[in-house]
Amino acid sequence: MDAHVAQLQMQYRNYILSLYQQGFLDDQFTELKSLQDDGSPDFVAEVLSLFFDDCVKLVGNMARALDQTGTVDFCQVGANVHQLKGSSSSVGAKRVKGLCINFKELCEAKNYEGCVRCLQQVDIEYKTLKAKLQDMFNLEKQIVQAGGIVPQVDIN
Amino acid sequence: MATTSTGDIEKTKSVEVKKKLNVLIVDDDTVIRKLHENIIKSIGGISQTAKNGEEAVNIHRDGNASFDLILMDKEMPERDGLSAIKKLREMKVTSMIIGVTTLADNEEERKAFMEAGLNHCLAKPLSKAKILPLINNLMDA
Repeated sequence: MDAHVAQLQMQYRNYILSLYQQGFLDDQFTELKSLQDDGSPDFVAEVLSLFFDDCVKLVGNMARALDQTGTVDFCQVGANVHQLKGSSSSVGAKRVKGLCINFKELCEAKNYEGCVRCLQQVDIEYKTLKAKLQDMFNLEKQIVQAGGIVPQVDIN
Repeated sequence: MATTSTGDIEKTKSVEVKKKLNVLIVDDDTVIRKLHENIIKSIGGISQTAKNGEEAVNIHRDGNASFDLILMDKEMPERDGLSAIKKLREMKVTSMIIGVTTLADNEEERKAFMEAGLNHCLAKPLSKAKILPLINNLMDA
């Protein structure tokens, strides 16, 4: 096997494992990967693109709802958090999902400062995940361009 | 079975047209609709989507819709899952309906959702492993 391809594949395996170990991803991401095949070769990229579009929209909605000069509609904030929790859990975005669970509790408690802080964390976290997954896709591209196959990574 | 002149048994292939599982996916989230579409596709089914309960009901209004299975989210704008299920059952829709919700672990919510007319309830996120046993039972029935 070409040494360069083997090195890239090893780098890829280690990178994927680190994403799970550091809590960025969970088993649901493995499920997403398993649904990608010759019939849906870009499935993971497509779903993630929809997810990150969702993040932009929902974080924007939450920011506007929390930026009210009058009474904050915590129900509206909570509804957006609920939606983000659903989509983050569906793609295996573990840290984002975890933040949404806390965020929902803060909305129910009508904790304004807590909600604002949590929203900032959600914003940072989804952008961090997006950058990490972009690096993952770049590694996949490098492997394919070098003539190799993207390896399946056993996370167990 | 036909035998050839040499006496070998020629197995006749039974040609079976297997009906594709036809699923309606009802969820207000684009990510979840895409995920569920692919899960259904991966098990050889076909699907149509609706963004909320009202769309799901409207799809059935002309009486021509025929789904083997409906995957129904609970919390949606315009018409939520509970209301949509009740309406569909009033309209004599007999499809298997599986409720898919993040509130599945809350027993009281789950009970109310089931009593609206569900056949089963599953917690998000859906996976092939979760849904396949229910679909196998449906296809065997």
